[in-house]
Amino acid sequence: MEKSVAIVGAGQTVFSRGCGQSVRELCFEAFREAMDGLNLKTGDIGASVICSAPEYDKQRSPAGVIAEYLNLVPKPTFYVETICSSSSTGLRVAYALIKSGLHSVVAVVGFQKMSEISSREAAERMGRGGDIMWESPFGVTMPAGYAMYARAHMAAYGTKPEQLARIRVKNSSYGALNARATFRKALTEEDVMKSAVVTLPLKTYDCCANADGASCIILASKEEAARIAKVPIWVLGVGAATDSTTLSNKKLYTGLSCAREAARQAYEMAGVGPEDIDVAEVHDCFTIAELMAYEDLGFARSGEGPRLIDEKQTYIGGKIPVNIDGGLLSKGHPIGATGGSQIRTVVKQLRGQGETGQVEGAKIGLVHNIGGVGIYGNVTILGR
Amino acid sequence: MGFEKFGAVSFTTETKTADFVTYLEKGQVVANRCKKCGRIYFPPRADCADDFSSEMEWQPVQGKGKLMTYTIVSYGPSGFENDTPYILALAEFPPGVRVFGRLDKGISPEEIKVGMEVVVTPVTLAEGKLSYQFNKA
Repeated sequence: MEKSVAIVGAGQTVFSRGCGQSVRELCFEAFREAMDGLNLKTGDIGASVICSAPEYDKQRSPAGVIAEYLNLVPKPTFYVETICSSSSTGLRVAYALIKSGLHSVVAVVGFQKMSEISSREAAERMGRGGDIMWESPFGVTMPAGYAMYARAHMAAYGTKPEQLARIRVKNSSYGALNARATFRKALTEEDVMKSAVVTLPLKTYDCCANADGASCIILASKEEAARIAKVPIWVLGVGAATDSTTLSNKKLYTGLSCAREAARQAYEMAGVGPEDIDVAEVHDCFTIAELMAYEDLGFARSGEGPRLIDEKQTYIGGKIPVNIDGGLLSKGHPIGATGGSQIRTVVKQLRGQGETGQVEGAKIGLVHNIGGVGIYGNVTILGR
Repeated sequence: MGFEKFGAVSFTTETKTADFVTYLEKGQVVANRCKKCGRIYFPPRADCADDFSSEMEWQPVQGKGKLMTYTIVSYGPSGFENDTPYILALAEFPPGVRVFGRLDKGISPEEIKVGMEVVVTPVTLAEGKLSYQFNKA
Protein backbone atom coordinates (compact mmCIF):
# COMPACT_ATOMS: atom_id res chain seq x y z
CA MET A 1 0.00 0.00 0.00
CA GLU A 2 1.86 3.03 -1.28
CA LYS A 3 1.25 6.39 0.35
CA SER A 4 2.76 8.83 -2.10
CA VAL A 5 -0.11 11.15 -3.14
CA ALA A 6 -2.70 12.51 -0.71
CA ILE A 7 -5.94 14.42 -0.79
CA VAL A 8 -5.43 17.38 1.51
CA GLY A 9 -8.62 19.30 0.82
CA ALA A 10 -12.14 18.56 -0.44
CA GLY A 11 -15.07 20.89 -0.98
CA GLN A 12 -18.37 21.16 -2.75
CA THR A 13 -21.25 23.59 -3.13
CA VAL A 14 -24.86 22.88 -2.40
CA PHE A 15 -26.24 20.95 -5.37
CA SER A 16 -29.49 22.53 -6.54
CA ARG A 17 -31.68 23.21 -9.52
CA GLY A 18 -31.27 26.81 -10.63
CA CYS A 19 -28.42 27.95 -8.38
CA GLY A 20 -28.65 31.69 -9.16
CA GLN A 21 -24.92 32.15 -9.56
CA SER A 22 -22.30 31.87 -12.29
CA VAL A 23 -20.07 28.88 -12.99
CA ARG A 24 -16.98 30.69 -11.70
CA GLU A 25 -18.77 31.59 -8.47
CA LEU A 26 -19.84 27.98 -7.95
CA CYS A 27 -16.26 26.84 -8.48
CA PHE A 28 -14.94 29.42 -6.04
CA GLU A 29 -17.32 28.23 -3.32
CA ALA A 30 -16.09 24.64 -3.70
CA PHE A 31 -12.47 25.80 -3.82
CA ARG A 32 -12.89 27.87 -0.65
CA GLU A 33 -14.16 24.87 1.29
CA ALA A 34 -11.33 22.68 -0.06
CA MET A 35 -8.74 25.26 1.09
CA ASP A 36 -10.36 25.74 4.49
CA GLY A 37 -7.98 24.97 7.36
CA LEU A 38 -5.04 24.06 5.12
CA ASN A 39 -1.53 25.37 5.56
CA LEU A 40 -1.50 26.26 1.86
CA LYS A 41 -1.56 29.49 -0.13
CA THR A 42 -3.31 29.63 -3.49
CA GLY A 43 -0.01 30.61 -5.10
CA ASP A 44 1.54 27.30 -3.97
CA ILE A 45 -0.88 25.28 -6.09
CA GLY A 46 1.25 24.21 -9.06
CA ALA A 47 -1.51 23.40 -11.56
CA SER A 48 -5.26 23.08 -11.89
CA VAL A 49 -7.35 20.52 -13.73
CA ILE A 50 -10.83 21.74 -14.64
CA CYS A 51 -13.54 19.15 -15.32
CA SER A 52 -17.01 19.35 -16.86
CA ALA A 53 -19.09 18.09 -19.76
CA PRO A 54 -18.70 20.81 -22.40
CA GLU A 55 -22.09 20.35 -24.05
CA TYR A 56 -23.69 22.02 -21.02
CA ASP A 57 -21.27 24.96 -20.95
CA LYS A 58 -21.87 28.34 -22.52
CA GLN A 59 -18.27 29.41 -21.93
CA ARG A 60 -15.88 28.11 -24.52
CA SER A 61 -12.78 26.70 -22.80
CA PRO A 62 -13.94 27.28 -19.20
CA ALA A 63 -10.57 26.35 -17.62
CA GLY A 64 -9.03 29.78 -18.23
CA VAL A 65 -11.95 31.73 -16.81
CA ILE A 66 -12.14 29.55 -13.71
CA ALA A 67 -8.37 29.61 -13.12
CA GLU A 68 -8.47 33.41 -13.32
CA TYR A 69 -11.35 33.70 -10.84
CA LEU A 70 -9.68 31.32 -8.37
CA ASN A 71 -6.36 33.21 -8.62
CA LEU A 72 -4.68 30.15 -10.11
CA VAL A 73 -2.99 32.08 -12.93
CA PRO A 74 -0.18 32.10 -14.07
CA LYS A 75 0.12 28.40 -13.18
CA PRO A 76 -0.88 25.90 -15.87
CA THR A 77 -4.55 24.94 -16.13
CA PHE A 78 -6.31 22.63 -18.54
CA TYR A 79 -9.53 20.79 -19.07
CA VAL A 80 -10.46 17.10 -18.95
CA GLU A 81 -13.73 15.42 -19.81
CA THR A 82 -15.24 11.95 -19.46
CA ILE A 83 -18.84 13.18 -19.11
CA CYS A 84 -20.22 12.12 -15.71
CA SER A 85 -16.84 10.90 -14.44
CA SER A 86 -14.88 14.00 -15.48
CA SER A 87 -13.68 14.90 -12.00
CA SER A 88 -12.52 11.33 -11.24
CA THR A 89 -10.52 11.54 -14.45
CA GLY A 90 -9.26 14.90 -13.17
CA LEU A 91 -8.12 13.18 -9.98
CA ARG A 92 -6.31 10.52 -12.02
CA VAL A 93 -4.53 13.23 -14.01
CA ALA A 94 -3.60 15.12 -10.83
CA TYR A 95 -2.25 11.89 -9.32
CA ALA A 96 -0.02 11.39 -12.37
CA LEU A 97 1.16 15.02 -12.37
CA ILE A 98 2.24 14.70 -8.74
CA LYS A 99 3.65 11.20 -9.03
CA SER A 100 5.76 12.27 -12.02
CA GLY A 101 7.28 15.07 -9.97
CA LEU A 102 6.04 17.71 -12.40
CA HIS A 103 3.91 19.37 -9.70
CA SER A 104 3.66 18.88 -5.94
CA VAL A 105 0.19 20.39 -5.34
CA VAL A 106 -2.69 20.21 -7.85
CA ALA A 107 -6.32 21.39 -7.61
CA VAL A 108 -9.08 19.45 -9.39
CA VAL A 109 -12.18 21.57 -9.95
CA GLY A 110 -15.34 19.93 -11.30
CA PHE A 111 -18.51 21.79 -12.15
CA GLN A 112 -21.72 21.81 -14.11
CA LYS A 113 -24.41 24.39 -14.33
CA MET A 114 -27.07 22.40 -16.06
CA SER A 115 -29.63 25.17 -15.72
CA GLU A 116 -27.39 27.23 -18.02
CA ILE A 117 -29.19 25.73 -21.01
CA SER A 118 -32.94 25.41 -21.61
CA SER A 119 -34.78 22.13 -21.16
CA ARG A 120 -35.21 22.12 -24.94
CA GLU A 121 -31.45 22.36 -25.40
CA ALA A 122 -30.98 19.67 -22.75
CA ALA A 123 -33.33 17.34 -24.65
CA GLU A 124 -31.31 18.00 -27.81
CA ARG A 125 -28.06 17.09 -26.04
CA MET A 126 -29.69 14.04 -24.48
CA GLY A 127 -30.37 12.83 -28.01
CA ARG A 128 -26.67 12.98 -28.89
CA GLY A 129 -25.37 11.08 -25.86
CA GLY A 130 -25.09 7.76 -27.68
CA ASP A 131 -23.19 6.94 -30.88
CA ILE A 132 -24.59 9.61 -33.21
CA MET A 133 -24.01 7.62 -36.40
CA TRP A 134 -25.53 4.28 -35.54
CA GLU A 135 -27.60 4.46 -32.36
CA SER A 136 -28.84 8.03 -31.71
CA PRO A 137 -30.96 7.90 -34.92
CA PHE A 138 -33.19 5.42 -33.03
CA GLY A 139 -33.88 7.85 -30.17
CA VAL A 140 -31.60 6.38 -27.52
CA THR A 141 -31.13 8.25 -24.22
CA MET A 142 -29.09 7.71 -21.05
CA PRO A 143 -32.10 6.36 -19.10
CA ALA A 144 -32.95 4.05 -22.01
CA GLY A 145 -29.41 2.64 -22.04
CA TYR A 146 -29.51 1.90 -18.32
CA ALA A 147 -33.05 0.54 -18.64
CA MET A 148 -31.68 -2.03 -21.08
CA TYR A 149 -29.12 -3.07 -18.47
CA ALA A 150 -31.93 -3.30 -15.89
CA ARG A 151 -34.00 -5.51 -18.19
CA ALA A 152 -31.00 -7.76 -18.88
CA HIS A 153 -30.29 -8.07 -15.13
CA MET A 154 -33.95 -8.89 -14.47
CA ALA A 155 -33.96 -11.52 -17.22
CA ALA A 156 -30.72 -13.13 -16.05
CA TYR A 157 -31.26 -13.09 -12.29
CA GLY A 158 -34.94 -12.47 -11.62
CA THR A 159 -34.24 -9.01 -10.19
CA LYS A 160 -37.46 -7.18 -9.29
CA PRO A 161 -38.38 -3.50 -9.72
CA GLU A 162 -39.09 -3.42 -5.96
CA GLN A 163 -35.44 -4.26 -5.30
CA LEU A 164 -34.36 -1.31 -7.44
CA ALA A 165 -36.85 0.85 -5.53
CA ARG A 166 -35.23 -0.19 -2.22
CA ILE A 167 -31.98 1.40 -3.41
CA ARG A 168 -33.77 4.72 -3.90
CA VAL A 169 -35.41 4.34 -0.49
CA LYS A 170 -32.00 3.87 1.16
CA ASN A 171 -30.38 6.77 -0.68
CA SER A 172 -33.31 9.08 -0.04
CA SER A 173 -33.10 8.30 3.69
CA TYR A 174 -29.54 9.69 3.71
CA GLY A 175 -30.33 12.44 1.21
CA ALA A 176 -32.93 13.74 3.65
CA LEU A 177 -30.05 14.45 6.06
CA ASN A 178 -27.76 16.06 3.48
CA ALA A 179 -27.98 19.85 3.56
CA ARG A 180 -26.22 19.99 0.18
CA ALA A 181 -28.57 17.62 -1.64
CA THR A 182 -31.10 18.78 -4.25
CA PHE A 183 -33.70 16.17 -3.29
CA ARG A 184 -34.26 15.94 0.47
CA LYS A 185 -37.45 13.95 0.82
CA ALA A 186 -37.30 10.45 2.29
CA LEU A 187 -39.20 8.16 -0.08
CA THR A 188 -41.02 4.89 0.57
CA GLU A 189 -40.92 1.85 -1.67
CA GLU A 190 -44.50 2.66 -2.63
CA ASP A 191 -43.54 6.24 -3.66
CA VAL A 192 -40.90 4.85 -6.00
CA MET A 193 -43.09 2.09 -7.42
CA LYS A 194 -45.94 4.53 -8.10
CA SER A 195 -43.78 7.13 -9.86
CA ALA A 196 -44.27 7.61 -13.60
CA VAL A 197 -42.50 5.31 -16.03
CA VAL A 198 -39.65 7.02 -17.86
CA THR A 199 -38.36 4.11 -19.88
CA LEU A 200 -39.54 0.70 -18.80
CA PRO A 201 -38.50 -0.76 -16.35
CA LEU A 202 -37.14 2.53 -14.96
CA LYS A 203 -39.46 5.01 -13.27
CA THR A 204 -38.98 8.65 -12.33
CA TYR A 205 -37.60 7.82 -8.89
CA ASP A 206 -35.18 5.28 -10.36
CA CYS A 207 -33.43 8.22 -12.05
CA CYS A 208 -31.26 11.02 -10.71
CA ALA A 209 -31.94 14.61 -11.73
CA ASN A 210 -29.82 17.30 -13.36
CA ALA A 211 -28.39 19.88 -10.99
CA ASP A 212 -26.02 22.83 -10.67
CA GLY A 213 -22.94 22.50 -8.51
CA ALA A 214 -19.18 22.39 -8.19
CA SER A 215 -16.60 20.34 -6.32
CA CYS A 216 -12.91 20.76 -5.60
CA ILE A 217 -10.25 18.27 -4.53
CA ILE A 218 -6.72 19.37 -3.67
CA LEU A 219 -3.96 16.78 -3.93
CA ALA A 220 -0.36 16.94 -2.76
CA SER A 221 2.82 14.90 -2.77
CA LYS A 222 3.79 12.95 0.36
CA GLU A 223 6.35 15.58 1.32
CA GLU A 224 3.91 18.47 0.99
CA ALA A 225 0.85 16.68 2.37
CA ALA A 226 2.20 16.35 5.92
CA ARG A 227 2.87 20.07 6.02
CA ILE A 228 -0.41 21.16 4.43
CA ALA A 229 -3.04 19.03 6.19
CA LYS A 230 -3.60 17.57 9.65
CA VAL A 231 -5.18 14.38 8.27
CA PRO A 232 -4.05 13.63 4.71
CA ILE A 233 -6.19 11.01 2.98
CA TRP A 234 -4.05 8.81 0.75
CA VAL A 235 -4.87 7.86 -2.80
CA LEU A 236 -4.12 4.14 -2.55
CA GLY A 237 -5.41 2.98 -5.91
CA VAL A 238 -6.68 4.49 -9.15
CA GLY A 239 -8.31 2.37 -11.82
CA ALA A 240 -9.76 3.47 -15.16
CA ALA A 241 -11.12 1.67 -18.21
CA THR A 242 -13.25 2.33 -21.29
CA ASP A 243 -16.01 0.26 -22.86
CA SER A 244 -17.64 0.76 -26.26
CA THR A 245 -20.07 3.66 -26.66
CA THR A 246 -22.25 1.58 -28.97
CA LEU A 247 -24.59 -0.59 -26.95
CA SER A 248 -24.22 -3.32 -29.57
CA ASN A 249 -20.52 -3.75 -28.85
CA LYS A 250 -20.68 -4.00 -25.05
CA LYS A 251 -19.33 -7.27 -23.72
CA LEU A 252 -21.78 -7.42 -20.86
CA TYR A 253 -25.34 -6.19 -20.22
CA THR A 254 -25.82 -7.30 -16.62
CA GLY A 255 -22.92 -5.19 -15.35
CA LEU A 256 -20.47 -2.56 -16.55
CA SER A 257 -17.30 -4.12 -17.89
CA CYS A 258 -15.45 -0.78 -17.63
CA ALA A 259 -16.26 -0.67 -13.90
CA ARG A 260 -15.11 -4.26 -13.37
CA GLU A 261 -11.77 -3.55 -15.04
CA ALA A 262 -11.29 -0.22 -13.21
CA ALA A 263 -12.05 -1.97 -9.90
CA ARG A 264 -9.59 -4.77 -10.65
CA GLN A 265 -6.84 -2.21 -11.30
CA ALA A 266 -7.64 -0.12 -8.23
CA TYR A 267 -7.78 -3.12 -5.86
CA GLU A 268 -4.51 -4.44 -7.26
CA MET A 269 -2.76 -1.11 -6.94
CA ALA A 270 -4.02 -0.57 -3.40
CA GLY A 271 -3.33 -4.16 -2.40
CA VAL A 272 -6.81 -4.57 -0.93
CA GLY A 273 -9.99 -6.42 -1.85
CA PRO A 274 -13.71 -5.63 -1.68
CA GLU A 275 -13.86 -7.11 1.84
CA ASP A 276 -11.45 -4.40 3.05
CA ILE A 277 -13.66 -1.47 1.98
CA ASP A 278 -15.37 0.25 4.92
CA VAL A 279 -17.46 2.77 2.97
CA ALA A 280 -18.22 3.35 -0.71
CA GLU A 281 -19.66 6.00 -2.96
CA VAL A 282 -20.96 4.54 -6.20
CA HIS A 283 -22.35 6.12 -9.35
CA ASP A 284 -26.10 5.74 -8.83
CA CYS A 285 -27.28 7.81 -11.79
CA PHE A 286 -30.04 5.18 -11.85
CA THR A 287 -31.00 2.62 -9.21
CA ILE A 288 -29.86 -0.19 -11.53
CA ALA A 289 -26.44 1.48 -11.72
CA GLU A 290 -25.97 1.14 -7.95
CA LEU A 291 -27.17 -2.46 -8.05
CA MET A 292 -24.68 -3.34 -10.78
CA ALA A 293 -21.93 -1.51 -8.87
CA TYR A 294 -22.43 -3.89 -5.91
CA GLU A 295 -21.55 -6.75 -8.24
CA ASP A 296 -18.97 -4.98 -10.40
CA LEU A 297 -17.02 -3.92 -7.30
CA GLY A 298 -17.19 -7.39 -5.76
CA PHE A 299 -19.39 -6.44 -2.79
CA ALA A 300 -21.73 -9.18 -4.02
CA ARG A 301 -21.36 -11.99 -6.54
CA SER A 302 -23.01 -11.59 -9.96
CA GLY A 303 -26.77 -11.77 -9.52
CA GLU A 304 -26.59 -11.37 -5.74
CA GLY A 305 -26.64 -7.57 -5.64
CA PRO A 306 -30.39 -7.50 -4.98
CA ARG A 307 -29.92 -9.55 -1.81
CA LEU A 308 -27.46 -6.97 -0.50
CA ILE A 309 -30.12 -4.25 -0.59
CA ASP A 310 -32.91 -6.61 0.58
CA GLU A 311 -30.82 -7.35 3.68
CA LYS A 312 -29.98 -3.65 4.12
CA GLN A 313 -26.27 -4.47 4.01
CA THR A 314 -25.53 -1.19 2.21
CA TYR A 315 -26.91 0.96 5.04
CA ILE A 316 -24.65 2.24 7.84
CA GLY A 317 -24.25 -0.72 10.15
CA GLY A 318 -24.42 -3.19 7.25
CA LYS A 319 -21.63 -5.12 5.58
CA ILE A 320 -20.70 -2.31 3.21
CA PRO A 321 -22.38 1.12 3.54
CA VAL A 322 -22.93 2.65 0.09
CA ASN A 323 -23.95 6.19 -0.85
CA ILE A 324 -24.60 7.30 2.67
CA ASP A 325 -24.67 10.93 1.52
CA GLY A 326 -27.78 10.19 -0.56
CA GLY A 327 -25.92 9.44 -3.78
CA LEU A 328 -26.57 11.09 -7.11
CA LEU A 329 -30.21 10.07 -6.68
CA SER A 330 -30.58 12.54 -3.79
CA LYS A 331 -27.80 15.03 -4.35
CA GLY A 332 -28.59 15.55 -8.02
CA HIS A 333 -26.02 15.11 -10.76
CA PRO A 334 -24.08 18.21 -11.86
CA ILE A 335 -22.10 16.07 -14.29
CA GLY A 336 -18.57 17.46 -13.97
CA ALA A 337 -18.86 18.01 -10.20
CA THR A 338 -20.19 14.57 -9.25
CA GLY A 339 -16.93 12.63 -8.93
CA GLY A 340 -15.43 15.32 -6.69
CA SER A 341 -18.52 15.24 -4.48
CA GLN A 342 -18.26 11.47 -4.12
CA ILE A 343 -14.58 11.80 -3.23
CA ARG A 344 -15.37 14.53 -0.70
CA THR A 345 -17.89 12.29 1.05
CA VAL A 346 -15.39 9.45 1.38
CA VAL A 347 -12.66 11.85 2.54
CA LYS A 348 -15.05 13.14 5.25
CA GLN A 349 -15.84 9.57 6.33
CA LEU A 350 -12.17 8.65 6.56
CA ARG A 351 -11.51 11.77 8.63
CA GLY A 352 -14.38 10.83 10.91
CA GLN A 353 -16.35 13.92 9.89
CA GLY A 354 -19.38 12.28 8.28
CA GLU A 355 -22.22 14.74 7.73
CA THR A 356 -25.11 12.34 7.16
CA GLY A 357 -23.93 9.64 9.55
CA GLN A 358 -20.50 8.17 10.23
CA VAL A 359 -19.16 4.70 9.53
CA GLU A 360 -17.28 4.18 12.79
CA GLY A 361 -13.57 3.63 12.37
CA ALA A 362 -13.67 3.79 8.57
CA LYS A 363 -10.11 3.37 7.28
CA ILE A 364 -10.48 2.49 3.61
CA GLY A 365 -13.05 3.94 1.22
CA LEU A 366 -13.90 3.51 -2.45
CA VAL A 367 -15.31 5.81 -5.12
CA HIS A 368 -16.93 4.39 -8.29
CA ASN A 369 -17.70 7.04 -10.91
CA ILE A 370 -18.98 6.19 -14.40
CA GLY A 371 -19.16 8.32 -17.54
CA GLY A 372 -22.00 7.78 -20.03
CA VAL A 373 -23.89 4.51 -20.34
CA GLY A 374 -20.98 2.47 -19.01
CA ILE A 375 -18.39 4.07 -21.28
CA TYR A 376 -15.82 5.43 -18.83
CA GLY A 377 -15.18 3.48 -15.63
CA ASN A 378 -13.24 5.04 -12.76
CA VAL A 379 -12.56 3.48 -9.36
CA THR A 380 -10.50 5.25 -6.72
CA ILE A 381 -9.48 3.73 -3.37
CA LEU A 382 -8.66 6.09 -0.51
CA GLY A 383 -7.23 5.41 2.93
CA ARG A 384 -6.21 7.11 6.14
CA MET B 1 -23.54 12.22 -48.57
CA GLY B 2 -26.38 9.76 -48.36
CA PHE B 3 -26.13 8.84 -44.72
CA GLU B 4 -28.53 11.64 -43.70
CA LYS B 5 -31.31 9.37 -44.92
CA PHE B 6 -30.62 6.92 -42.08
CA GLY B 7 -32.93 7.09 -39.08
CA ALA B 8 -35.79 9.30 -37.95
CA VAL B 9 -33.27 11.93 -36.81
CA SER B 10 -29.81 11.84 -38.35
CA PHE B 11 -26.76 13.67 -37.09
CA THR B 12 -24.14 12.93 -39.75
CA THR B 13 -24.16 13.00 -43.53
CA GLU B 14 -20.77 11.73 -44.61
CA THR B 15 -19.25 8.31 -44.01
CA LYS B 16 -17.44 5.78 -46.12
CA THR B 17 -20.07 3.29 -44.97
CA ALA B 18 -22.99 5.21 -46.55
CA ASP B 19 -23.68 2.17 -48.75
CA PHE B 20 -25.39 0.77 -45.68
CA VAL B 21 -28.31 3.02 -46.67
CA THR B 22 -28.15 1.83 -50.29
CA TYR B 23 -28.57 -1.73 -49.00
CA LEU B 24 -31.54 -0.64 -46.86
CA GLU B 25 -33.11 0.77 -50.04
CA LYS B 26 -32.58 -2.60 -51.67
CA GLY B 27 -34.26 -4.34 -48.75
CA GLN B 28 -31.23 -5.61 -46.89
CA VAL B 29 -29.72 -4.92 -43.46
CA VAL B 30 -25.98 -5.48 -43.72
CA ALA B 31 -22.94 -5.84 -41.51
CA ASN B 32 -19.46 -5.74 -42.94
CA ARG B 33 -16.43 -7.93 -42.74
CA CYS B 34 -12.71 -7.30 -42.96
CA LYS B 35 -11.39 -9.18 -45.99
CA LYS B 36 -8.00 -9.54 -44.35
CA CYS B 37 -8.84 -10.94 -40.91
CA GLY B 38 -12.48 -11.94 -41.38
CA ARG B 39 -13.80 -9.98 -38.41
CA ILE B 40 -17.46 -9.04 -38.79
CA TYR B 41 -18.54 -5.56 -37.73
CA PHE B 42 -21.88 -4.18 -36.67
CA PRO B 43 -22.25 -1.28 -36.75
CA PRO B 44 -20.34 -1.42 -40.03
CA ARG B 45 -17.02 0.38 -40.24
CA ALA B 46 -14.79 1.54 -43.08
CA ASP B 47 -11.63 0.42 -41.34
CA CYS B 48 -10.53 -2.63 -39.40
CA ALA B 49 -8.41 -1.37 -36.53
CA ASP B 50 -7.15 -4.89 -35.77
CA ASP B 51 -4.96 -5.01 -38.87
CA PHE B 52 -5.17 -1.46 -40.28
CA SER B 53 -7.01 -2.66 -43.37
CA SER B 54 -9.75 -0.78 -45.23
CA GLU B 55 -10.65 -3.69 -47.48
CA MET B 56 -14.15 -4.47 -46.27
CA GLU B 57 -17.06 -6.40 -47.77
CA TRP B 58 -20.76 -6.21 -47.00
CA GLN B 59 -22.71 -9.18 -45.79
CA PRO B 60 -26.38 -9.43 -44.86
CA VAL B 61 -27.55 -9.77 -41.28
CA GLN B 62 -29.91 -12.68 -41.66
CA GLY B 63 -31.61 -15.54 -39.96
CA LYS B 64 -33.32 -15.54 -36.60
CA GLY B 65 -31.83 -13.41 -33.88
CA LYS B 66 -32.38 -13.56 -30.13
CA LEU B 67 -33.65 -10.55 -28.22
CA MET B 68 -31.00 -9.75 -25.58
CA THR B 69 -32.64 -6.81 -23.83
CA TYR B 70 -35.05 -3.95 -24.50
CA THR B 71 -36.75 -0.89 -23.06
CA ILE B 72 -40.02 0.87 -23.81
CA VAL B 73 -39.20 4.58 -23.99
CA SER B 74 -41.89 6.96 -22.70
CA TYR B 75 -39.85 10.20 -22.93
CA GLY B 76 -37.88 10.77 -26.11
CA PRO B 77 -35.15 13.30 -26.86
CA SER B 78 -35.48 16.13 -29.42
CA GLY B 79 -37.07 14.95 -32.63
CA PHE B 80 -38.62 11.89 -30.98
CA GLU B 81 -41.19 13.66 -28.75
CA ASN B 82 -44.12 12.51 -30.84
CA ASP B 83 -42.70 9.09 -31.48
CA THR B 84 -43.18 7.68 -27.97
CA PRO B 85 -43.71 5.08 -26.78
CA TYR B 86 -41.12 3.22 -28.83
CA ILE B 87 -39.12 0.10 -28.08
CA LEU B 88 -35.33 0.05 -28.20
CA ALA B 89 -33.76 -3.38 -28.34
CA LEU B 90 -30.59 -5.39 -28.80
CA ALA B 91 -30.58 -8.66 -30.67
CA GLU B 92 -27.90 -11.17 -31.56
CA PHE B 93 -27.92 -12.78 -35.00
CA PRO B 94 -25.83 -15.69 -36.28
CA PRO B 95 -22.84 -15.91 -36.18
CA GLY B 96 -22.89 -13.60 -33.12
CA VAL B 97 -23.64 -10.25 -34.79
CA ARG B 98 -25.19 -7.90 -32.23
CA VAL B 99 -27.55 -5.28 -33.61
CA PHE B 100 -29.11 -2.30 -31.80
CA GLY B 101 -32.40 -0.98 -33.14
CA ARG B 102 -36.11 -0.74 -32.60
CA LEU B 103 -38.59 -3.50 -32.04
CA ASP B 104 -41.82 -3.31 -34.05
CA LYS B 105 -44.30 -1.04 -32.28
CA GLY B 106 -47.16 -3.37 -33.10
CA ILE B 107 -46.09 -5.94 -30.52
CA SER B 108 -47.92 -5.86 -27.19
CA PRO B 109 -45.69 -5.31 -24.13
CA GLU B 110 -46.77 -8.67 -22.63
CA GLU B 111 -45.50 -10.45 -25.73
CA ILE B 112 -41.94 -9.12 -25.42
CA LYS B 113 -39.59 -11.59 -23.78
CA VAL B 114 -35.81 -11.52 -23.47
CA GLY B 115 -34.65 -14.52 -25.48
CA MET B 116 -37.52 -14.40 -28.01
CA GLU B 117 -36.66 -14.89 -31.68
CA VAL B 118 -36.65 -11.89 -34.00
CA VAL B 119 -35.80 -11.03 -37.58
CA VAL B 120 -34.46 -7.70 -38.80
CA THR B 121 -35.94 -5.88 -41.78
CA PRO B 122 -35.54 -2.46 -43.43
CA VAL B 123 -38.34 0.07 -42.89
CA THR B 124 -39.22 3.31 -44.65
CA LEU B 125 -40.00 6.25 -42.37
CA ALA B 126 -41.61 9.64 -43.01
CA GLU B 127 -40.05 11.80 -45.73
CA GLY B 128 -38.34 8.85 -47.38
CA LYS B 129 -35.94 8.21 -44.54
CA LEU B 130 -34.77 4.68 -44.00
CA SER B 131 -34.12 2.51 -41.00
CA TYR B 132 -34.57 -1.08 -39.85
CA GLN B 133 -36.51 -2.78 -37.13
CA PHE B 134 -36.85 -6.11 -35.39
CA ASN B 135 -40.00 -8.14 -35.78
CA LYS B 136 -41.06 -11.19 -33.84
CA ALA B 137 -39.94 -14.23 -35.84
